[in-house]
Amino acid sequence: MSAPENDRIARLSAAAQRIRGYALHMGEVQGQGYIGQALGVADILAVAYGDQLRFRPEDPQWEDRDRFLLSIGHYAIALYAALAEAGTIPLEELDSYGSDESRLPMSAMASYTPGVEISGGSLGHGLTVATGMALGLRHLGNPARVFNLLSDGELDEGSTWEAAMACAHHGLDNITAIVDVNALQADGPTAGVLRTEPVLDKWQAFGWHALRVDGNDIAALVSAFDEIADHQGAPSVLICDTRIGCGVPLLMEREKAHFMRVEEHEWQIARTQLEEGSPR
Amino acid sequence: MTTTHHTTHQATSQASTAPTHARPAKLKTSAMIASFADPGQKTTPAPFGHALNQLAEQRPEIVGLSADLAKYTDMHIFRDKHPERFFQMGMSEQSLLGTAAGLAEVGLVPFASTYSVFATRRAYDFLCLDIAEPGLNVNVVGALPGLTTGYGPSHQATEDIAILRGCPGLTIVDPCDAVDIEQAVPALAAYDGPTYLRLLRGAVPRVLDEYDYTFQLGKAAELRTGRDVVLISTGLMTMRALQAAERLEADHVDVAVLHVPTIKPLDTEAVLAVARTDRLVLTCENHTVVGGLAESVASTLAFAGVGNRIVPVALPDEFLAAGALPTLHDRYGLSTDSIVSRVRAELQASGRTGGDAGEPPSL
Ligand SMILES: Cc1ncc(C[n+]2csc(CCOP(=O)(O)OP(=O)(O)O)c2C)c(N)n1
Ligand SMILES: [Mg+2]
Repeated sequence: MSAPENDRIARLSAAAQRIRGYALHMGEVQGQGYIGQALGVADILAVAYGDQLRFRPEDPQWEDRDRFLLSIGHYAIALYAALAEAGTIPLEELDSYGSDESRLPMSAMASYTPGVEISGGSLGHGLTVATGMALGLRHLGNPARVFNLLSDGELDEGSTWEAAMACAHHGLDNITAIVDVNALQADGPTAGVLRTEPVLDKWQAFGWHALRVDGNDIAALVSAFDEIADHQGAPSVLICDTRIGCGVPLLMEREKAHFMRVEEHEWQIARTQLEEGSPR
Repeated sequence: MTTTHHTTHQATSQASTAPTHARPAKLKTSAMIASFADPGQKTTPAPFGHALNQLAEQRPEIVGLSADLAKYTDMHIFRDKHPERFFQMGMSEQSLLGTAAGLAEVGLVPFASTYSVFATRRAYDFLCLDIAEPGLNVNVVGALPGLTTGYGPSHQATEDIAILRGCPGLTIVDPCDAVDIEQAVPALAAYDGPTYLRLLRGAVPRVLDEYDYTFQLGKAAELRTGRDVVLISTGLMTMRALQAAERLEADHVDVAVLHVPTIKPLDTEAVLAVARTDRLVLTCENHTVVGGLAESVASTLAFAGVGNRIVPVALPDEFLAAGALPTLHDRYGLSTDSIVSRVRAELQASGRTGGDAGEPPSL
C-alpha cells in the first residue's frame, strides 16, 4: 500500500477507535443499550463520515450534502458517536444521551437531532425514503449521493425489498445501501429467526451492484466504497459482515444479545480494553 | 455522478478523551424494558405467556407467532413450552398478520404478537382485510400500547385504538393488570372473531384481585361507587383511577370507578348508567384524546341525547417526547397525581365540591 493510502487507513482507524470510545461513554450514561451493535459498526461509520460523505458539520441542512440515512433507529448510539467525531454534535452533548429533554434520544429523530435525516425506530423505512431522496436529487440535478445504513434484520421487511426493486428499476446509481450483517436480531441469531442468506445473491438478483466485505476491516471498506463511488448505471450495496462488540473482548465474548446488559463495573474494563487496542 | 466526494470534508480530528465521567444521576429512558409498576407494587411476571400456556393445554388448536419480538411480548414463554406450536416469522409484521389469517382459515386459533405500533400502523391493511373482514378468530397481541415506553414516537402506540376502532367487527381489549390479562386470554380465544389485545408485558401489576371482579368480554365493571365523581377508565389507567379515588377519599371526595376493559364493542349501557348524572365525569385512558375512550364515551352520550360534559384524561394530540416513563406520565397527565389534580381543579371550576365542602386540597 502507498504511503498516503497507509495514512488514510491509519487516520480512519483512529477515528473508529474514538467513535467506539464515545459509544462506550453513552452506553455507560444509560447503563445499558445497543453497545454491541455500535462497536460492530464503528469502522463503517468512520469510513463513511471520515472519507466518503460530502457534508458540512456546522451546517447539517446544507442542500448539496450527501445524505446518510440511519434506517435502524436503535443504532443511534453509534451515529451520535460518529457525528461527534465529525463535529456535528458537540462532544459534551453525548452526556445527555437518552436522558429527558435530550436532543439525543435512544432512537434518533429527524425533527430535533442534529445531523439526522430520518426519524428512526420503526425498521425497514430507510431504503424507501432513500429512494425518494435519490430520485429527487437526480431530478433536481443535484449530484449529492444518498447512503442508507440498514441491518440484516431489516432484510426481513418486505418494504426493504420493495425499495430495492424501485432503486434498480430507476437506475439510481446515486444510492448506496450498506447492510450491517452482524448475524443477530431481537429474538436471536438471524439464521434461527428468519434465514436471509445468501444475502449477496439476493441483492444481485434485485439488480444491484453488490459487494461483500469484512465490515471491521478499514482497508477493505475503503476500497469497496471507492469502487462503489465510481460505479454507474445501477444502485450499489455494500454488505458488511461485522462482529458485535468489536474492539472490546469483554463484550465480544459474551453471549450475543440484541440488548446487551453491561454491569456498572464492566464499563471501566471495556474502556481499558478499547484503549489497549485489544485484538479484534 | 459526482466524483468530488473526498474534497469538502475531512473529519475534524479531536482529542480522544471522552467527555467527563462525573455527572449527577439522571432519569434514564426506560426504553424497551420499561415497567409502569409503582415501586413495591405487587406484580406477576409475563401473565400473557403463562395464560397462553395454560390455555394451550386444553386447546390443541392454539398456536402462537411473532415477528422477531417473542422475547419482548412474553410470547417466549409459549415458544419455549410449545416450540412446535410457535412460528417465528422474522421482523415482518404484514407477513405476521397475513400468516395468522392463513392459520385461522385452516382451523387453528392464532395469537400473533408484535408491538402495538407495528400491528396497527404497519400491518393494518392485513389486519383489516385478511383477518377482520372474514371474521376470523385471530388474536392480535400488541405490546407497548399507548405511552408505555420512553423510546419515542416510533414505539409509542398513542393512537392504536383510534386506528382500530373504525375497523368493523374487531373487538378491542385494553386490560388493566395481570388479572385482566389472565382472564382475557381464554375469553379472546373462546370468542369466535378477530380481537386486538393491548398487552402489558414483563412484571405486570396485579390490582384487580382486591376487588370483586371478573373479566367479561364486552362488559364494563363498576369497581367502586361514589357520589361526587365518576372515573370511566380503561387499561392501566384503571389502576391509576383506583389510586386517585383512594387519595381523593382522604379529602372526602367520593369517587366511582367504572372499568371498561373492552373498548369495542363498548358497554354503552354501563357507560350511560354512570354518566347520566350530575356528578363530575372524567374518562381516563392511556391513549391520545383523539379517537379513544373519551370520544367513544362522548359519542355514546351524544347519540343517546345525553348532554353531559365529560373531562378527558388522555394523551395530547402530539408526537410525544422520549425520556423516562415516570417523567413522561407526569408531563402528559397520566400519573395518579395528574388525575387527582384534574379532579380537584374541575370540582373547583364547576363550583362542585366533595362531600366535605371547603376542605382545602392537600397534595
Ligand atoms: C418495524 C419494526 N418491527 C420490529 C421492531 C422491533 N425491533 C427493534 S430492533 C429489532 C431487530 C432487528 O434486527 P437487527 O436490526 O439486525 O437487530 P440487531 O442486529 O441490532 O440485534 C426488532 C425486531 C422495530 N423496531 N421495527
Ligand atoms: Mg442484526
